[in-house]
Amino acid sequence: MGRMARRLAPQILTLAALVALVSVFFPNFINISFDGSRFVGPIIDVLKRSAPIALLAVGMTLVIATRGIDLSVGTVMAIAGAVAAWAITSGLGLPLTLALALAAGLAAGLWNGALVAIIGIQPIVATLILMTSGRGIAQLITEGRILTFSDPGFAFIGSGAVFGIPFPTVLWMATAVAFAVLMRRTALGLLIEATGVNRAASALAGVNATVILIAVYMASGLCAALAGIVTTADIRGADANNAGLWLELDAILAVVIGGNSLLGGRFSIAGSILGALIIQTINTGIVLSGFPSEYNLVIKAGLVIIILVLQSPNLSADWIYLRSVLLPRRAD
Amino acid sequence: MLLSIRSLSKSFPGTKALQGVDFDLAAGEVHGLLGENGAGKSTLIKCLTGAYRRDGGEMFLQGHSINPTSTAEAQTLGIGTVYQEVNLLPNMTVAQNLTFGSEPRRFGLVDARMQSRKAREILAPYGIGIDVDRDLGAYPVAIRQIVAIARAVELSGKVLILDEPTASLDAAEVRLLFSIVGRLRDEGLGIIFVSHFLNQVFELCDRVTVLRNGRKIVTAETAQLDRLRLISHMLGRELEEAERHDRGASGQNAERREPMIRFEGLGRAGMIEPFDLSVERGEVIGLAGLLGSGRTETAQLMFGVRSAGSGTTEDAQGRVAHGSPREAIAAGFGFAPEERKADGIAAELSVRENIILALQARRGWMSRIPRAEQERLAAHYIEKLDIRTSDAEKAIGDLSGGNQQKVVLARWLAMNPRFLILDEPTRGIDVGAHAEILRLIHEITAEGMSILVISSELDELVAVCDRVIVLRDRRHVAELVGEDVSTDAIVRAIAKPDAAKVVEPA
Ligand SMILES: Nc1ncnc2c1ncn2[C@@H]1O[C@H](COP(=O)(O)OP(=O)(O)OP(=O)(O)O)[C@@H](O)[C@H]1O
Ligand SMILES: [Mg+2]
Repeated sequence: MGRMARRLAPQILTLAALVALVSVFFPNFINISFDGSRFVGPIIDVLKRSAPIALLAVGMTLVIATRGIDLSVGTVMAIAGAVAAWAITSGLGLPLTLALALAAGLAAGLWNGALVAIIGIQPIVATLILMTSGRGIAQLITEGRILTFSDPGFAFIGSGAVFGIPFPTVLWMATAVAFAVLMRRTALGLLIEATGVNRAASALAGVNATVILIAVYMASGLCAALAGIVTTADIRGADANNAGLWLELDAILAVVIGGNSLLGGRFSIAGSILGALIIQTINTGIVLSGFPSEYNLVIKAGLVIIILVLQSPNLSADWIYLRSVLLPRRAD
Repeated sequence: MLLSIRSLSKSFPGTKALQGVDFDLAAGEVHGLLGENGAGKSTLIKCLTGAYRRDGGEMFLQGHSINPTSTAEAQTLGIGTVYQEVNLLPNMTVAQNLTFGSEPRRFGLVDARMQSRKAREILAPYGIGIDVDRDLGAYPVAIRQIVAIARAVELSGKVLILDEPTASLDAAEVRLLFSIVGRLRDEGLGIIFVSHFLNQVFELCDRVTVLRNGRKIVTAETAQLDRLRLISHMLGRELEEAERHDRGASGQNAERREPMIRFEGLGRAGMIEPFDLSVERGEVIGLAGLLGSGRTETAQLMFGVRSAGSGTTEDAQGRVAHGSPREAIAAGFGFAPEERKADGIAAELSVRENIILALQARRGWMSRIPRAEQERLAAHYIEKLDIRTSDAEKAIGDLSGGNQQKVVLARWLAMNPRFLILDEPTRGIDVGAHAEILRLIHEITAEGMSILVISSELDELVAVCDRVIVLRDRRHVAELVGEDVSTDAIVRAIAKPDAAKVVEPA
């Protein structure tokens, strides 16, 4: 536990600093109240709205651990959302609707994984194919319209609450915990890391690297489908053009801010989740602090750069070195 | 002095790699840098070239204080280096690798024709006829090693550093390298030579410096040292001369062992001609041959790294499938590959994880080896193979080269396969550990494991093998059994077919 806390210390500190910073501009930021049925407040809102990024970040962490990247997750959200909206409006019922949407995500992941692991296409190119063409598939499903629905059960996934906590929050937390436990209680975590660090050596040691690679892209597709379901349920409609747009980049950013290397290997799902919370705190914080919305992207970019620079291992090595060089000199 | 190092220190978390080391290199001398695996040789070199930032100490080149911060900067000072792990770029061409940083230019652009010509000139003295316009990665380790040496020689105006340059070279290539080093010495360069081959050290070096646990133990004229003294300086104790099992004789006198696996007609066009091989329980088979003779290819076919074009494999139970590493492992095979950096280690993962990797892969992802069991295995092999690491959680990439090699061996020993293929198992391993590993081979074969050893070191083959198969031009050309296994016989068989008695496989 102590080891994990040390590993995540930069992310935890960053998040705390951001919350403090936003509180300066918007003092009520950390107030939470109970309105009789559920908790409300800006922090709760952050925890709810981070659902899509957090879910995507879980799957993305695994893909990045194998030295890959999945650019298609935003599009897969749109596809899964479209499938869900189509299924629910066609009267297929909630269980079948969810099953179909998740199956769509898994199928997308299987496609990506096969391109990467079997055909050997570079991950960035392989997933770009689905990223660009997938929205067309989603539009075919929604027939170019915004498919709306009013099924209360489905809507609950987006806006319901369990024990006063928004359901999307419960969902991403449960997903993250489930994946983290799966990775560390089984040997999957080790096999994924080994494949990411050195695929050739792992294969020679008997690791089924091809299957591992396909599995992580399928996990990423599954997480993207969950994110798509939440978003669709939240707005009670599927928008093939805009659902999950550019969210793949936020997800990658969350993983990187979470301290995971794009070069693969060691990974931390908890780190990525903290990264997702950091990004969502920035998003919500900028709005709440009352900055004109045209500044949003610039401020976000600025904050992200500062965070990445502060977390850079190069910088900390330089810092340790500088200190060791400067301090003794100062003494004499 | 051409180069002086004064009280150089360098620490890593948990390790004092160098502690106040002094080192002097004269112009026109070859200076051997010796010591056990993990003694600090490579660290000293990396501090010298600026690849590592030293913690303390001073360095002088021709009396001037120097502080290079990168290999490139060291090169401009006239220090050319071949690191232990060849660090050229496999997806650039040989020519690009050789002229990198000093590309011939025309109108500001790289002149590709001149570049190739220059590359061929640089390689000319080494007598390897390779296409300099092909990617370096397409060539085997030994060629890459020579390219790295050629590049360093080209760049070294004053000092040439060779960190285990001969680890993957054959006798002939070693001769060639020595003549080039001798020429450079006569031209007044200072050369630092790291090697675990003491014969080579005695032949080439004018002086040697011995490191042990990060400290300098002694610097002496080579002529004033004998082998045993040198070894005791390195190890800090006497080496019990490994009681030289006459493996060959015992192999013949032993009652016939039961056959275990029969490879028949195994081959693949363009890789290796079909061959038959019958492996008996508890025997050690050696593969000898020159670079490119098909030794590694033979191992790759056996382990399913490349699929065989022809052939069948059988054991007492019937057909054995080994079309992929996973199938081969399921059939009870193991394979410690030659290129430990590319095919052996997962550098960022810990020593413990690297040791249990194959075991875990065989058990499947669902039944994770309990942490306590992993730690027990790691501790067992760290002790058994004397792996020098601050602890089992250290990233294997931060271990010294020889210690990484031991971890890869440990991974396969932990699997307890029935047939273990070792491709250059003692590459980069120090004298003490070398004897230890040869003893280990005797020990595990006594328990019934069969081993196939590929080695360029003929002494090693003679010391451990019951029989030696000689390869030439991608064919198995001869087999030496029992008393016929000797260095001379192997050399003769490699050279010409008719001189050696060709024995039918038993
Ligand atoms: N980057 C690193 N991080 C941590 N420890 C390191 C690093 N590089 C080397 N070491 C440690 O420093 C010590 C000296 O290693 P070094 O590579 O210099 O040994 P060596 O004498 O070259 O051994 P070998 O004969 O096996 O190549 C070892 O204990 C090694 O684990
Ligand atoms: Mg070394």
